[in-house]
Amino acid sequence: MAAVSELIELTAAQAVERIRSREIDQRALFDAYRERAAGDELNAFTWVAERAPAPGPDADAPLAGVPVAVKDLFCTEGVPSQAGSRILEGYRPPYTATVVARLSEAGAPLLGKTNQDEFAMGSSNENSAFGPVRNPWDRSRVPGGSSGGSAAAVAAGLAPWAIGTDTGGSVRQPAALCGVVGLKPTYGACSRYGMIAFASSLDQAGPLTRDVTDAALLLRHMVGHDRRDCTSVQFPGEIELPRSEHLRGIKLGVPEELMDDAEAGIEQGVRTSFEGTLALAEELGASVERCRLPHARHALSAYYLIAPAEASANLARFDGVRYGLRVDGDAELVAMYSHTRAAGFGAEVKRRIMLGTYALSSGYYDAYYVTAQKVRTKIAEDFRAAFERFDFIATPTSPWTAFELGTKTADPLAMYLNDFCTVPMPLAGIPAISIPSGLSEGLPVGFQLTGPAFSESRLLDAAYALERRIGFDGSAARR
Amino acid sequence: MSEHPPAGVVDDVDYEAVIGLEIHVQLKTSTKMFCGCALSFGDPPNVHTCPTCLGLPGALPVVNERAVRFAVLIGLALGCEIAERSLFHRKNYFYPDNPKGYQISQYDVPLCRGGRLGEVRIHRVHLEEDAAKLVHLGQSGRIHGSDRSVVDFNRCGTPLVEIVTEPDLHSPEQAREWLTLLRATLRQLGVSDVNMDEGSLRADANVSVRPAGSSELGTKTELKNMNSFRFLERGVRAEIARQVGLLRAGEPVVQETLHFDPSSGQLTALRSKEEAHDYRYFPEPDLVPLVVEEEMRSAARSELPELPAARAERFERELGLSAGRAHELAFRGELGDYFERALAAAQPAQAVELANWIPLLVERIGSDADPADSNVTPESLAELAKLVGSGEVSRDAARTVLTTLVATGGDPREIVTREQLGAITGEDDGLGELVKRAIADDPDAAEKLRAGNMKAIGPLVGYVMRATGGRADGGEVARLIREQVAQRG
Repeated sequence: MAAVSELIELTAAQAVERIRSREIDQRALFDAYRERAAGDELNAFTWVAERAPAPGPDADAPLAGVPVAVKDLFCTEGVPSQAGSRILEGYRPPYTATVVARLSEAGAPLLGKTNQDEFAMGSSNENSAFGPVRNPWDRSRVPGGSSGGSAAAVAAGLAPWAIGTDTGGSVRQPAALCGVVGLKPTYGACSRYGMIAFASSLDQAGPLTRDVTDAALLLRHMVGHDRRDCTSVQFPGEIELPRSEHLRGIKLGVPEELMDDAEAGIEQGVRTSFEGTLALAEELGASVERCRLPHARHALSAYYLIAPAEASANLARFDGVRYGLRVDGDAELVAMYSHTRAAGFGAEVKRRIMLGTYALSSGYYDAYYVTAQKVRTKIAEDFRAAFERFDFIATPTSPWTAFELGTKTADPLAMYLNDFCTVPMPLAGIPAISIPSGLSEGLPVGFQLTGPAFSESRLLDAAYALERRIGFDGSAARR
Repeated sequence: MSEHPPAGVVDDVDYEAVIGLEIHVQLKTSTKMFCGCALSFGDPPNVHTCPTCLGLPGALPVVNERAVRFAVLIGLALGCEIAERSLFHRKNYFYPDNPKGYQISQYDVPLCRGGRLGEVRIHRVHLEEDAAKLVHLGQSGRIHGSDRSVVDFNRCGTPLVEIVTEPDLHSPEQAREWLTLLRATLRQLGVSDVNMDEGSLRADANVSVRPAGSSELGTKTELKNMNSFRFLERGVRAEIARQVGLLRAGEPVVQETLHFDPSSGQLTALRSKEEAHDYRYFPEPDLVPLVVEEEMRSAARSELPELPAARAERFERELGLSAGRAHELAFRGELGDYFERALAAAQPAQAVELANWIPLLVERIGSDADPADSNVTPESLAELAKLVGSGEVSRDAARTVLTTLVATGGDPREIVTREQLGAITGEDDGLGELVKRAIADDPDAAEKLRAGNMKAIGPLVGYVMRATGGRADGGEVARLIREQVAQRG
């Protein structure tokens, strides 16, 4: 049997193969990761399974018992599901989210629940009621957010792979900052049932993995129509494992609006890595051209109206009546509501509830919410037009590499700018993947490819070809 | 609607009332509006619940297709236009009976628009979900003075259809009468129990008054949840009187929501316009637009039964029933059904006679009972009406037969024979002798009758009817009395 250090160096897909060929034992793999997750010094986990499931999944099951770390936003029956919030502290749901149940049926048992920004609102994981997560590349820095726990766990080798959720970049941005692969699927590809809602029209589950092949394999078992989520659809065809070694005939568009806007403030190191990756893409046979997404620069404004509006309603259910925190109000209903929500929600969540409530208020609805929806339509049209000329749109994932803890918490707007390159895609409902394109001053940089709806297999294929050419080595973060 | 609606009411010729209704109807589907939980009434609390109807984190709604079909049926029955595509919205407010913090309802793109029932235009019909039930523990049973309140989520998520009328009603009586027609129509569709006691039919009224002849609408108030036909009528009457009183005193009517307390007759304000909720409606992102294909619409169209208004019209036109009797039978579908089954066993010419027997039957079995469940078969009622029509049994005696039928069932003709209830006629059984005795017993009455006071015949007829136990035919007795009195004169 292989030593723990060897097990940990396997990608999840490699581990699946070796379990199926009986070279390694799924239980040994689970225990190795369980041990590492339990000794987590990054605060990436909020709960870790006590033991491997017995009996474990069939070794011939598609995912062969390779365990998965799950963002705390997903409901897991009998297991704490707290969404990073004090208001759900200790909450154990009576049911399991569809995506988690599907992975479990495919043979990926639950390894643990990962830390996150409260209700997925944040880009640094500093908004968790359970403390910030540390970036394994530099523990004084943030892992990104909101799926920071999942990204850090995969990067540090505390989990073979993980799932997160992406509303405005919450899978892709932490993947970029932690040097792993993160994919946000087409809206509707994965069921949202059992995923604690932040912004219902944007939220999608997505994989965070060590490489592109793992992302494809995990995603294959996440997608599909769910009769409990009527916004979910049958994914056309199966997610294919990527094989392409070149990018011949692929046309990449680089949007001026996202690259040149001073507001985005793309760091020089990020820019250099991005341009280097484009050069590699050309070497692989791709053509690279400038393109236009005229409304993309308004995406952030539209996003910060639509997402908070939906959140203000989605978070109304946390009222202290049926579950979660309740703080008494001297037998007075409204006081109980106020005290509970004042104590249970963190500052960023309160800020967004207020923003959203305002945007939906009588007299402001047309000016804010309706206008934002119009912008959203324009952004989707921009992408449609761009995909008539280009196969994929390429941008950096995040304008910056991982920043130091505490440096942006005082300035919410600066923090929001982190999402500049990741919010247009969920607004348009289209898929995007972030892969590590290298290091800048010792910190990972993310390269993002965006494709039309349901182009996941092609997107993964292109990302795979680039990944091989880039040859990113993330092993430093696992030590 | 006529250009000039009928002038108002309230015993007040100076003012006219304008009333619109908002009616909530619980649909009789087998499961809830957005989840698979069973509908129930009277089960132990919180047994029909799931993550969705409890508003647990992460749960999502899925539209109940049968509820949509029922709503389409209602829309068609009310002559509405059915939208091919409509939207659900979130209506946001905090209350313990509202577990998600918002109700899923329809807002600016409802399932049905326009339409008419009787003389009232329908503004819109839409689908939504019911709230949970709050139970206030403590002596009063009301929220004030209760020790604590608990929530029963069994009702939460029950499919509701909201029907909003145009302000086409002008008196409390008319409002009540129209609501009766609506209830009969919904019952005929089989989509709801439409029981106001149990809350499956609930009515709010928007009331305003204006100077008679004015075409402008006055400021309206909303009366919430009047849970019986009588309370609706009384509540609206009280509110009209209150508003007219204000206007007469030169004071303005304030837009507010009111609660009518039927025990005290008092109207109390629940909230004013300033306190009105901002519900922050926005399209429900968890649901896709509701698309009703032509297939569903045409299927619903072919399912539509004959509706009470049309049936009443047919009873009047084809069978010669009075308007009152026709409504009475048609607006309670089970009575109309029973009547038509009895009519099938009788001659069409007997329709009026037969129809007159239905209320007498209802009186004997209880006003809410379905005669089809009684001991009296429609055929035996037809037989009884036939015996009366042919003069074989007097009307009085037939009522006795009906009482026996209700108690024991059986064949009317056998009951007549067994209980000797056959008519006594002039030709036999000494009816003439009894008439003679009646005149001898009350010569004063006979004298008055002879002098032309026709009312004096009453005591004489009464004597004979008493003596025969009601078996004599009243008309025949009167004829014999007049004959004998005249002979003596």
